[in-house]
Amino acid sequence: MESEIKNSFKSVVGAEYVKDSKAQLFAYSYDATANFQALPDLVLSPKNTEEVQEIVKICDKEQIPIVPRGSGTNLAAGTVPTKGGIVLLFNNMNKILELDKENLTVTVQPGVITQDLSIYVEQNGLFYPPDPSSMKISTIGGNVSENSGGLRGLKYGVTKDYVKALTLVTPDGGIVKLGGKLAKDVAGYDLMSLLIGGEGTLGIITEITLKLIPLPAVKKTGIAYFNSLEDAAKTVSAIISNRIIPVTLEFMDKGTIGAVEDFMKIGLPREAEAMLLMEQDGNKEQVDEDIRQMIAIAEEMGATSAILAASEKEAASLKAGRRVALSALSRKRPTTILEDATVPRSEIAKMVRAIQDIALKYDVEISTFGHAGDGNLHPTCLTDIRDREEMDRVERALDEIFHIAIELGGTITGEHGVGEMKAPYLEWKLGASGMNLMRSIKQSIDPKNIMNPGKIFAKETKKRLVIHNGQ
Amino acid sequence: MVSELQQRMQKSFQENVSEEYLMDCMRCGFCLPACPTYLATNQDETHSPRGRISLMKAMRDGDVVWDGSVEEAFDMCLGCRACEPACPAGVQYGVLIEETRVAVQQAKPQGRLEKTVRKTAFDGIFADQKKMATAVKLVQFYQRSGLQAATRKIGFLNLFPPFMKEMEGVLPKVESKRKRASLKKPQTARVAFFTGCLMDTLFQNTNRKTIEMLEWLGAEVILPKEQQCCGALHGHSGEMDKGLRNARANIDAFDSDDFDYIVNNAGGCGAFLSEYGKHLQNDKRYMKKAERFSRKTIDISSLFVKLGMNLRLKAMEAEEKSIVTYQDSCHLRNVNQVFLEPRSLLEDAPGFEYKELKDAGSCCGSAGIYNLLQPEMAGKILTSKMKEVKKLQPTKIVTSNPGCLMQMQIGIQKEGLEQEIQAVHIVDFLYDVILKD
Repeated sequence: MESEIKNSFKSVVGAEYVKDSKAQLFAYSYDATANFQALPDLVLSPKNTEEVQEIVKICDKEQIPIVPRGSGTNLAAGTVPTKGGIVLLFNNMNKILELDKENLTVTVQPGVITQDLSIYVEQNGLFYPPDPSSMKISTIGGNVSENSGGLRGLKYGVTKDYVKALTLVTPDGGIVKLGGKLAKDVAGYDLMSLLIGGEGTLGIITEITLKLIPLPAVKKTGIAYFNSLEDAAKTVSAIISNRIIPVTLEFMDKGTIGAVEDFMKIGLPREAEAMLLMEQDGNKEQVDEDIRQMIAIAEEMGATSAILAASEKEAASLKAGRRVALSALSRKRPTTILEDATVPRSEIAKMVRAIQDIALKYDVEISTFGHAGDGNLHPTCLTDIRDREEMDRVERALDEIFHIAIELGGTITGEHGVGEMKAPYLEWKLGASGMNLMRSIKQSIDPKNIMNPGKIFAKETKKRLVIHNGQ
Repeated sequence: MVSELQQRMQKSFQENVSEEYLMDCMRCGFCLPACPTYLATNQDETHSPRGRISLMKAMRDGDVVWDGSVEEAFDMCLGCRACEPACPAGVQYGVLIEETRVAVQQAKPQGRLEKTVRKTAFDGIFADQKKMATAVKLVQFYQRSGLQAATRKIGFLNLFPPFMKEMEGVLPKVESKRKRASLKKPQTARVAFFTGCLMDTLFQNTNRKTIEMLEWLGAEVILPKEQQCCGALHGHSGEMDKGLRNARANIDAFDSDDFDYIVNNAGGCGAFLSEYGKHLQNDKRYMKKAERFSRKTIDISSLFVKLGMNLRLKAMEAEEKSIVTYQDSCHLRNVNQVFLEPRSLLEDAPGFEYKELKDAGSCCGSAGIYNLLQPEMAGKILTSKMKEVKKLQPTKIVTSNPGCLMQMQIGIQKEGLEQEIQAVHIVDFLYDVILKD
């Protein structure tokens, strides 16, 4: 980047909010996705919407890529600046602006840490349910751009279900306010939906208003262990078909249980093939009844043990254990590649079985955990990026997992986003016309392709895997 | 063109920093909220564990050119290891940063002054307890002779960086060595006391009280003669070979008798002692002995708890209540996972109400000699620490490590709170509560 352009960025944000040393550029060259890394030209920390607007105007004029980044916990290479340019940080835009107790909304800047927000609203007797596993460090801006899920998605939905209004800087440097503190609003296209989960490819979000709900009075957690993955999966289906919608219905297989136990040391039984974490909240009577029923269903489906967590503390550590599953798994092998395949709830047992078969077929190590109640599984390949032959088998195994997920009426990603990593598979899910429609939206909003280029839209779609059955 | 320094540096990283440990990091970012420098820099990834690990890897792979900014990223690390308990992937960050410091130390051209200072510190004072004693005698002389008062008055210390001046102001008053208490009959445990070089000299009162209290609890206390500085300071400064030289000497010194415990009262030393086994795992002659040494190592609070001090505290009565709080020693907490024991002792101490300091587990900025090397960052961290202290209004801040103790004293002094708050070592605190009269 020419120094003249660099200087113009510097004069917008002030020199102390520019990072451009060798070490700094390197530190913003990655996120949490294995095998993706590229240096930005400059890292900027604007302080308000107007500064973002000025930055975008320069990027528009000079055709410089711009990648918004929260805390860099993305799992699909969505925040890696693979085309260089600007990495835009929100560490100076991290304030909670307003808690509106009459409309039950909270308005924040994008850099607010998810857990900080969650604690803040709970101190005020209110509840913000989306709780991605990385919530201790992830930002609300990142959550909105990725439409993050979490452990409470089954009952409470995902981030998009809580976004009421957004302020957006458009790729040509305009400012648009979308939505409002409204229960209803059908004035024109629902542009907010495009932005939520837009992965920073359509503009820069600079302010967010979120819906809050009353904090449930009671919550209780049950835990069940199984001798087979399928018994656990059947339990999930049975709970839902019995018309119980718990807050959390989380699943971990044997490999994951062992890895989590290695880190947490909370006494999980390493010999169990699968475990389910079942949480319900609400008023006391209903919670007690739902938990009782879920435990009974688990026993009926063959659980070796199904009990109520002894205390709030035990329940919290079980949930914490589930949240660290992915990172804990990574202690087993040098490289961890995780997937995010999602199927309709009714197909969860089939999907679990298919993943087991695929692991055997390609002789790769796959551990699975995830939001079983959402049909959202995280099969995680434990491998070594330096072993090309093994990586090749891993890739073929993952291709087949995507393929089966789509066959079962599912999708290639439930909550992690497409980013650059899954872009080659997106057409499998959307088809050619779906891709064309998406591309034409992108082109009309960001004709110069400066907003997080290279994400969502791949140069080439991966060749669809042909599966031979019965050979 | 790759410069000669770059080549040397890359080679040094390849030789010293283990690839396998680097590969353990999957970059999830769960360490970020635990890292004091990441928070103090308004979330600069360069000053986070994840950032530093990626830079170590980049140095190894030749993906980044060694320059001042890369060096600063490594130098800025406190070495507090708060990232380790936060890391689900089990990355051994402590090993990685120590290996990095060795790599840098070996490849970097040194100025003459730095060479002299290092040689004096690591081969002289911290290698030999007698030399440490001599150095401390100088401090004693300085204090007793009136020179201290004089220099303070004429502002001689203004010539030094502000932090040096603050350090000087809180140096403990050194008392001349007294004859140690004689041995009593063992009732509860045979305990070998690792006295620590600083604790045995600058803080020798605390050591005397440690022995008295252990004996009061019925333990037999033995002080092996040939013991030396634990070697942690060397290890943290890229001089691991010298650290291990001290380790072997200590293992020999403590090997002759059959002790139940090897107790220490300095969190920083204790962590390094407990890792002798890990550091010497490839040393055929020492690995078994080192392992045994580390297994027997225990910190003073844990030993007090084991020897039943809580019951004795509970049995005591006191009317007045004032607030006491606790600042964790990073290495005691993050390496040895000891944080409940000191708190339980404070909770049971008569005459005090224990209140938890917010972010007590986060580094105070002392970090060995970090506050001398990185005064600006250390000052920033200390200021936010003192903000929380002021909210609690304690009369005592209790610590478990000499560095933390001095740092908290500096904090109190900077805030002008010397009349209201005292920073004390946990042994001194308990001694005052129990044995004073």
